[in-house]
Amino acid sequence: MAGAPARELALELVGIDKRFGAVHANRAVDLSVAKGSIHGIVGENGAGKSTLMGIVYGYYAADAGTIRVDGSDVRIASSQDAIAAGIGMVHQHFMLVENFTVLENVLLGAEGGALLKKGEADARASLGKLMADYGLEVDLDAKIEALDVGTQQRVEILKALYRGARILILDEPTAVLTPQEADALFRLLDTWRSQGRTVILITHKLREILAATDRVTVMRQGAVVATRDTSATSQEELAELMVGRRVQLRVAKDAAVAGAEVLRGEGLRYVDARGVERLRGVSLDVRAGEIVGIAGVSGNGQSELLEALAGLLPLNGGEIFYKGEKLAPPGTAAASRAARLHGIAHVPEDRHRMGMVVGYSAAESTILGYHSDDELGFGPLLSNRAATARTTRLMGAYDVRPAAPALRSGNFSGGNQQKIVLGREIDRDPELLLIGQPTRGVDIGAIEFIHRRLVALRDAGKAILLVSCELDEILGLADRILVMFDGRIVGELARAAADERTLGLMMAGIEPAAAAQ
Amino acid sequence: MEDLVLQTVSLLASTVRLAVPLILCALAGLFAERSGVVDIGLEGKMLAGAFAAASVAFWLQSAWAGLAAAMLVSIAFALVHGFACITHRGNQVVAGMALNVLAVGLTAVLAFAWFQEGGKTPALADAARFRPLQLPFAAEIGAVPVIGTIYVRLLSGHNALVYLTAALVPVVAFVVFRTRFGLRLRAVGENPHAVDTAGISVARLRYEAMLASGALCGIAGAYLSTAQSAAFLREMTAGKGFLALAALIFGKWMPIPTLFACLIFAFADALQGRLQGVELPGIGEVPVQALQALPYLLTLLLLAGFVGKANAPRASGIPYSKEK
Amino acid sequence: MSAGARLPRWVDLGLLPLLNLAAAFLLSGLVVLAIGEDPIKALRILVNGAVGYPEAIAFTLYYTTNFILTGLAVALAFHAGLFNIGGEGQAYVAGLGVGLACLYLDFLPGFAVVPIAILAAAAFGAAWAAIPGWLEAYRGSHVVITTIMFNFLAAALMTYLITNWLLDPAHGAPETRRFAGHTTLWTMQEMLGWFGIKAPRSPLNAAFFLALAAAVFVWIYVWHSRAGYRLRTVGSSHKAALYAGIDPARTIVVAMAISGALAGLMAVNEIQGAQARLLLSFTGGYGFVGIAVALMGRNHPVGVCLAALLFGALYQGGAELAFEMRNINREMVIVIQGLIILFCGALENMFRPTLARLFASRGAA
Repeated sequence: MAGAPARELALELVGIDKRFGAVHANRAVDLSVAKGSIHGIVGENGAGKSTLMGIVYGYYAADAGTIRVDGSDVRIASSQDAIAAGIGMVHQHFMLVENFTVLENVLLGAEGGALLKKGEADARASLGKLMADYGLEVDLDAKIEALDVGTQQRVEILKALYRGARILILDEPTAVLTPQEADALFRLLDTWRSQGRTVILITHKLREILAATDRVTVMRQGAVVATRDTSATSQEELAELMVGRRVQLRVAKDAAVAGAEVLRGEGLRYVDARGVERLRGVSLDVRAGEIVGIAGVSGNGQSELLEALAGLLPLNGGEIFYKGEKLAPPGTAAASRAARLHGIAHVPEDRHRMGMVVGYSAAESTILGYHSDDELGFGPLLSNRAATARTTRLMGAYDVRPAAPALRSGNFSGGNQQKIVLGREIDRDPELLLIGQPTRGVDIGAIEFIHRRLVALRDAGKAILLVSCELDEILGLADRILVMFDGRIVGELARAAADERTLGLMMAGIEPAAAAQ
Repeated sequence: MEDLVLQTVSLLASTVRLAVPLILCALAGLFAERSGVVDIGLEGKMLAGAFAAASVAFWLQSAWAGLAAAMLVSIAFALVHGFACITHRGNQVVAGMALNVLAVGLTAVLAFAWFQEGGKTPALADAARFRPLQLPFAAEIGAVPVIGTIYVRLLSGHNALVYLTAALVPVVAFVVFRTRFGLRLRAVGENPHAVDTAGISVARLRYEAMLASGALCGIAGAYLSTAQSAAFLREMTAGKGFLALAALIFGKWMPIPTLFACLIFAFADALQGRLQGVELPGIGEVPVQALQALPYLLTLLLLAGFVGKANAPRASGIPYSKEK
Repeated sequence: MSAGARLPRWVDLGLLPLLNLAAAFLLSGLVVLAIGEDPIKALRILVNGAVGYPEAIAFTLYYTTNFILTGLAVALAFHAGLFNIGGEGQAYVAGLGVGLACLYLDFLPGFAVVPIAILAAAAFGAAWAAIPGWLEAYRGSHVVITTIMFNFLAAALMTYLITNWLLDPAHGAPETRRFAGHTTLWTMQEMLGWFGIKAPRSPLNAAFFLALAAAVFVWIYVWHSRAGYRLRTVGSSHKAALYAGIDPARTIVVAMAISGALAGLMAVNEIQGAQARLLLSFTGGYGFVGIAVALMGRNHPVGVCLAALLFGALYQGGAELAFEMRNINREMVIVIQGLIILFCGALENMFRPTLARLFASRGAA
């Protein structure tokens, strides 16, 4: 880049290489981030973005390569080294101690002495100033578990600032924000840039890259495939670079022909084990031949709603009707069994702990929930051969790779795991599909496949309830959209009436009438 | 009246004596479990400590040397525990159980080989034991009715380790809630990833907690063999490590409530000792085995009446690995 | 999954456990050395004492019977995510079941009372384990602590019952009268006699075949039955179980009951087979050995049987060792047992990264 103006580099990575067992997570990655800039890193799930930043932050150790901060080589063996070098990071999954206060979380690792008392007083003073300067108001004595995710993110940012970060890495920061909150965050990033701080923004949302960054680096399969000035690129180009081929970003589909009501929930209430009211009187219905999308920032009760409708949560109030009839009392194994027997399929959000057993072979995961099927054995005995036969058939039909029924479920990629679960659930020709975060941790190729399957299922006259935190996914698939906020349904929009701005306001709890203004 | 006071005070005094090893072990477990290591091995560490204390106290004729040896041996056991479940991410419960079995075997084998007394150590002379201490003015205050009895028989007349334990409870509470180490300890048992990304070594912190756990179990062991008794006896811990663990759960992993839970167990133990051979009105004489089972039964009832999982440090029992 | 580096199957199931075992024995040898005896000589006495002559082999197999059963008990519970360390108490209480049947139903013919006694053992053991299982499932009380408490309770209960109610007053020791001959199990000597084979007198009896049958049962139950699928699913993830329509709490109680029944069958070998009377502390720590056996056998019935054989040899050889060597007592076997739990259980992955590197570089070359 001889022609480019010589800009001071805040961070420079040379030949970073990292393997996890058989997985080559980073392949000789070079990256230069100019001081006082916002640098985006995009890539699919598993492209190596988070690993790379984990290495910069000292969370993982690179097998090879050099890290330079402000022009000089640094050895980053632990997060402590990274913090000392002026690097701060806001992780996608917050690194907060839930039952600690905000203050305790900020203090952790920066206590300022063997006794807490003095450090606490000092931290209170300097945090007060930081909060005022950047408009990041948080109650320092509130317990983390009592805060919503947006506020928790503020705590993470405060932690980094309190430690004097000059280079701030944000990993998928907008996943927990409404579009409007995301805009506010980007304005904050602008302020930092103008103060000479450097920001690295990891995301898979191309629009955010175009809106917020100065330069962007694209990663694919652990390697950097391109770096562009943001002003000189487009969504289409970035998408193609990410995937390595042209991608269809939207699924083609006709208007829905909604039929009879299949599922109805009335006044559903649920209080979790810690006493937090997660559902505060939710009512909804889903009809045959339509996809109903539930939008919302994660943590506003969507996950609980999905599990409740599948019969997995002991409700504190309200009733669920399936085709006009009540099912067994929810929250018991019997209810979960009954739901499946009646033709309710459920692809849960938490694939690893609920949708499959990662330690099981693919064949064993494929019969999860169907292990009582007559064709899978005789009487009390289970036939492994029958399970393998069923799995082989499903793997063919759903394009699971590798098509190896004996392989451990946890060793499949996210996309193939999801295909196994989805295949298992819709193989039985269900009347209703409850599906949560269908494409979380799934590569683009599999996303296309899954989306097409969902639309095909709808066109076959089945009812689908889709919970997703990806607004694009909701807008692309749903025929009708319900928005949840704080355990309630804020409002409902027909797909035609929905746009990102209106949905965003509703996701922040503003009623649709007001939001449409 | 004075007789009733005397009876009560002597019951409470034996409660205190019986509570000491439970409290020490429970505090040991508190450090380990707050750091995220489930400590089933308290029993074994205590037993190994008891044997080390009795052996060294016998050889060197010094209770304090015995105490030091007990702490060292118990710490060594704790480090093995740490090596298995921190360094090699082994199953913590299995590792603890291994230490328990190993301690039973090793103490019996070594005692047999070294002392040839069928698996116990030789009886210790008074000089090699922790003897009761008189608090100042015992003679003067002892003359006062009620208060005097309480002072002389309940507060005074215990050995040094009893007073040490009494002092340790507030110290542990202070360390856990008011110091940097305590903050990090509480954090690492809840969310080790948060600790790691804050630039603190999870492994080192957990090893430090295991050191504390080992040291405290060592004191408990020394108490058993050189203060409460005058020799090491086979399997003399008799499940106290597990009672302590139950007390810790019942005390919600907090020092002061745990102290009270230990006192309840010890009271049950003291009471059963008193009731042996006594005709109870309306019931008659309770079989001695039923009385001996009382502390264990009480443990079960308390555990069953109280669901402990909600309060347990969230990351306890799970080996730390950076990948989720 | 850095600890889960993949290895060839023969390394994972053969070499790795052998290395762990070798480490445990090496340290045991050091203990022998530390107390001033010759480890090599000790090993020779041990091996000879365990398998050196027909009677020794019979005794080894008699101990093996106990360890197969208590090992299976631990292994089965492990698959449900439960650490049942109460085998000792469960077997002890099961002895009461056998004793009651053999003492008070001996008016029945042998073909009736023998199976009744066996079932009683299983039922008493199951009941004693099901209570901690219930406490874990419905009250959240940790099964490790509750099963330990139940061991102490079993000891108190059995001491009370034997010394106060069941003991034979004509006899000095705290034990019952001898069971009638037709209520006890055939000895191996008897059975081999049918085929004209002369065998030495030993406590080895038909319960050995019961133990092997139990191993086959566990294999079918855990890996080839719907109930076993439920059990393993609960052991992997309660959330996945609930999702699949499996009741975790109920499964836990059932798993503990079966585990307790298996441990209970140990009493059949001891009380109905070897001793022909109920006596104090007949369990002799065999319940705890089951933990080491299960861990060493990787919770698989075949592994459990092999590990039980090893421990059977250790116990028999250890008895001989304690007799031959002045400085060694029988607890030496408990030391080995503890080290095996440590190396085959808690430290099972210690050699794994090294082996993985070794095989990775060999594969690359």
